[in-house]
Amino acid sequence: MNNKPQSQILKRVLKELKSYNISLLVSILCALVTVYFTLRIPILTGKAVDCIIGAGNIDYDGLLLILKKMSVAVAITFFSQWIMNRVNNKITYTVTKNLRERAFNKLQNMRLSDIDSHPHGDYVSRIVSDADTFSDGLLMGFTQLFTGVLTIIGTIYFMLMISWKIALIVIIATPFSLLLARFISGKTYKYFGKQASLRGDTTSYIEEMIINKNIVRNMDYEDDALNHFEMMNDNLADASMKATFYSSIVNPSTRLINNIIYAAVGVVGGLMAVSGGITVGGLTSFLSYASTYGKPFNEISGVITEFQNALACAGRLFEMIDADVEINDGSKLIDDVKGHIEFKNVSFSYDKNKKLIENLNLDVKPGQRIAIVGPTGAGKSTIINLLMRFYDIDKGQILIDGTDIRDIDIDNLRKNFGMVLQETWLKEGTIKENLKMANPTATDEEIIAAAKETHSHSFIKRMPKGYDTVLSGDNGLLSQGQMQLLCITRVMLNIPPMLILDEATSSIDTRTEQKIQSAFAKMMEGRTTFVVAHRLSTIREADVILFVKNGQIVEQGTHFELLQKNGFYAKLYRSQIN
Amino acid sequence: MNFIINYVKKYKFRAILAPLFKMLEAIFELLVPLVMAAIINKGIGNSDTHYILRMSGVLLFLAVVGLVFSITAQYFSAYVAVYSAAEIRRDLFEKILSLSQGMKEKVGEDVLTTRITSDINQIQNGINMVLRLFLRSPFIVAGATIMAFIVDVKSSLIFLAVVALLSIIVFLIMKYTLPRYKQIAAKLEKVLKTTSENLEGVRVLRAFSQTDAERNRFGQITSDLTTMQISTGKIAALLNPVTYVVVNLGTVGLIYLAARRVDAGFILRGDVVAIVNYMGQILIELIKLANLIVLLIKVFPSADRVKELMDMKSDEREHILDGQEAGNNEVSKALESKKSGRISLKNVSFSYNGTEDYDIENISLEIPAGSTIGIIGGTGSGKSTLLKLLNHTYDATRGSVEIDGINVKALSDKKLARLFGIVPQKASLFSGTIRTNLTMAENKVKNEDIKTALNISQAIDFVEAKDGGLDAIVTGRGNNFSGGQKQRLTIARALVNKPSILMMDDSTSALDLSTEAKLKKELAHLSWKPTIVIVSQRASSVKDADQILVLDDGKCVGLGSHDKLLESCETYQEIYYCQYPREEATLE
Repeated sequence: MNNKPQSQILKRVLKELKSYNISLLVSILCALVTVYFTLRIPILTGKAVDCIIGAGNIDYDGLLLILKKMSVAVAITFFSQWIMNRVNNKITYTVTKNLRERAFNKLQNMRLSDIDSHPHGDYVSRIVSDADTFSDGLLMGFTQLFTGVLTIIGTIYFMLMISWKIALIVIIATPFSLLLARFISGKTYKYFGKQASLRGDTTSYIEEMIINKNIVRNMDYEDDALNHFEMMNDNLADASMKATFYSSIVNPSTRLINNIIYAAVGVVGGLMAVSGGITVGGLTSFLSYASTYGKPFNEISGVITEFQNALACAGRLFEMIDADVEINDGSKLIDDVKGHIEFKNVSFSYDKNKKLIENLNLDVKPGQRIAIVGPTGAGKSTIINLLMRFYDIDKGQILIDGTDIRDIDIDNLRKNFGMVLQETWLKEGTIKENLKMANPTATDEEIIAAAKETHSHSFIKRMPKGYDTVLSGDNGLLSQGQMQLLCITRVMLNIPPMLILDEATSSIDTRTEQKIQSAFAKMMEGRTTFVVAHRLSTIREADVILFVKNGQIVEQGTHFELLQKNGFYAKLYRSQIN
Repeated sequence: MNFIINYVKKYKFRAILAPLFKMLEAIFELLVPLVMAAIINKGIGNSDTHYILRMSGVLLFLAVVGLVFSITAQYFSAYVAVYSAAEIRRDLFEKILSLSQGMKEKVGEDVLTTRITSDINQIQNGINMVLRLFLRSPFIVAGATIMAFIVDVKSSLIFLAVVALLSIIVFLIMKYTLPRYKQIAAKLEKVLKTTSENLEGVRVLRAFSQTDAERNRFGQITSDLTTMQISTGKIAALLNPVTYVVVNLGTVGLIYLAARRVDAGFILRGDVVAIVNYMGQILIELIKLANLIVLLIKVFPSADRVKELMDMKSDEREHILDGQEAGNNEVSKALESKKSGRISLKNVSFSYNGTEDYDIENISLEIPAGSTIGIIGGTGSGKSTLLKLLNHTYDATRGSVEIDGINVKALSDKKLARLFGIVPQKASLFSGTIRTNLTMAENKVKNEDIKTALNISQAIDFVEAKDGGLDAIVTGRGNNFSGGQKQRLTIARALVNKPSILMMDDSTSALDLSTEAKLKKELAHLSWKPTIVIVSQRASSVKDADQILVLDDGKCVGLGSHDKLLESCETYQEIYYCQYPREEATLE
């Protein structure tokens, strides 16, 4: 998915960070100050120890001066660390917010083909977790890498200043702890992979059993399911055990090496101190450096994975932010639309290797009703996609009242269509908010009147808070049919000059459908209407019937014309009648 | 929390050993500064090189023993965490399986899945961390203080002040930030919900030109989140610097006090180095402890949620225990003779929320064994609900449902599963093979019985054409089959067992008309003559049934044969004629 080389992403990231230049500079300065003064402390402690020689032999003047210096260093570290933390937080959270919003905004005019062909969950996880992982990883990576490197350089410098001989021991021996850590995590990797894949399997199994629970119950399959689950669960536990245990060996092992180094420093330093090559205070500082020297190395090696991960997330986000948008060069505004729609030599296909609509010609007079008929999956919705410009045609022209739809402002075009789809969609919010979507100025009276026409008023009234009942994705307050009625009501509140009804009543039972016929009649009156339906009663009354098969319009005409033609439509019709 | 301890108790031995070894490791760590002090005091002080070499041998020994203890501890804690979590997961899965349909709907599928996956993973992580660190860190803090006291009581008094001050600071910062972290999590959840909702409704939103409104809405949500994050971050950012200041200023004071003590001849300067080291250890451990607490805060809510589910009543239905045995015997007999399947409904009413606002109201009905009944009605008229009352998926609020004269409440779910073959509205298969799907109810089914079922359900042709035939792979939810194929396989699945009662819940919607016709013909001549209950919106699917029940808003508005209903039942006429317009006859 993301083939861009990391260096390119990194460049882009740096460009994105430009507007944070000052904050970054402050952060870097604070890091420098923090590292310097933190590393000064062991030196000062050592010097303090050198002032304490023995009973009755204390250099109080020197000691107090050193302690004063220490206090100042500590105070400076406090402020620089606090400022750094705050600045970093601010950068992280703002970068995340910024990326999230840009990615989300992109979704608002991204090409439908990119949305349709892509798992929605993936976009969601880019906006939610990738944004987080990126900014966390970036910042952690950035600060830890920076302070880590500074700390290493600083430590080496201070150690060399005290005694280059002992410093060499530390510098040479430390990489071993790194190598050991690498070695162990390399081994662990395969156990983690196994754990992840078993965890995935178990989760799918759980989901399957939960979704189909009622079937499981009806088949008396619970015991078998539990047995099967136990087996999976045991395997998962064994894999988890290995992954958890082996990965938890890393820290003790590197600690061992650090402790060995510590002992070596102790012995060499001790011996040198006896011969006067180093003071006791110097040795103290050294021991302190030796025990913390390994830490930034471990952090840095962790940071690199983190950083790569962050870049991968950034790549996914940038890909989304850079995605093509719908073409919207049209600037014409159409109002007072009569609804004369022409398809002229229109060709279109989703997949350029697979021909779909070829050379379609269609002339729909204002106020006509066009029924689109055909088997499931034949491409009935394609025509709607083209009319609404969810997809753009490859060849030819679609004209509304003589204007090419590509010359019309895309929002203006869409506003002239009222749409009720098979997949009912209501946003999270109250019923009233949903109904007012098309007409924000609708009064309560108008809303209730529309709801009465679509026979929704009675069930809305029965809801806990009537029109102010909050709907949210999964609270299951409404049946599919009721949701579809609300979608119809939504259009009723502001009926545009042209209509698209794509299986608009598929979830509504025949009786209710019958009852809301007058609402539909009012809706369609004088308006050009495209209807996708499978109920013959709806189809027969259409002015033009298009029979679609494999994406092609294979027959076109009125009900009687098509019956006489004795083709696909006639066959479908007869099979339904008998 | 207690329930987790109960699971951990099963591994009591290991659960005690893990922190014990951690403590041993800690003790060895705490000894290091003492050894170093000895090197300085005696080795360097007396210029005794042998002593220095010996002591560094001791340091090496401490390091190696520390490693062994530490790895042992990691092993035990990983073991306890992983296997107690596995048991919690197993028990939770069993609990989920035991939930009645009503309870499952109440909780929701997503919730159940998160509880058993990510919540339990959190718990596992939590157990592991607690065993490893929760005892170690306080132990080191206390241990370092004690060791410092052993070295020198007077100068170590400053330790008490530092530890007390740090505890207060950590507590205050946590107290401020933790509830805010929860709010942040909730706000992030909102970002997620809004995004996925937006994607789902993309066409509608664009059709209604709602994109600007959506941009604003999302901007508002992320701003909310960011403001909260930044304000919480301000305080959280204090934690490290403040602990640093307290510990280091403590060290400054310590050095001064210790110098006075050395001056007075109570301690040597090696001891000063040791005490300063202990102070350093306290700092490191406190930071670890703070991180651990943050982690645990995430674990607590997970544990609460799992516990809530574990403690939930799994079944809201009424079961009559007294009659159960007698009932089951009779049913067993009937099952053997395959002659059972008479269903009687006596004044049955039902409401989902338990109020008087019934979703099914006062239905009485007699379905003779071996007969076919059609149930027809509009969306929300209660057809599927009524089916769920027949096999006791739901409890009738009033009245009773009887099978062969036995109240369904007296029959176990297992018995009921044997009696009923059910084809659900939404065709859903399980991952596995065609065979594993068809033999779910009874795994000792003969091949020929499977074939018979596939023949009846019009599925045999495409099953045989599949690679592997009966052993062809079925992927999750049966997504490698078309809707019509899935539906035919679910019909076969219900038939394999030759159930006494076959219930079909609008389950031919994805079949084309000729296949449906063939299926209907086969169903009419089943060798074991089951009672058949067909629910449909289409008049064509039920019109040949022995009797048809017409439902409207949960009430029976007509019961009888097609011809009779067509004459007398207004609702049935409406349904029938809008599917078969009157003038059709003249057209043909």
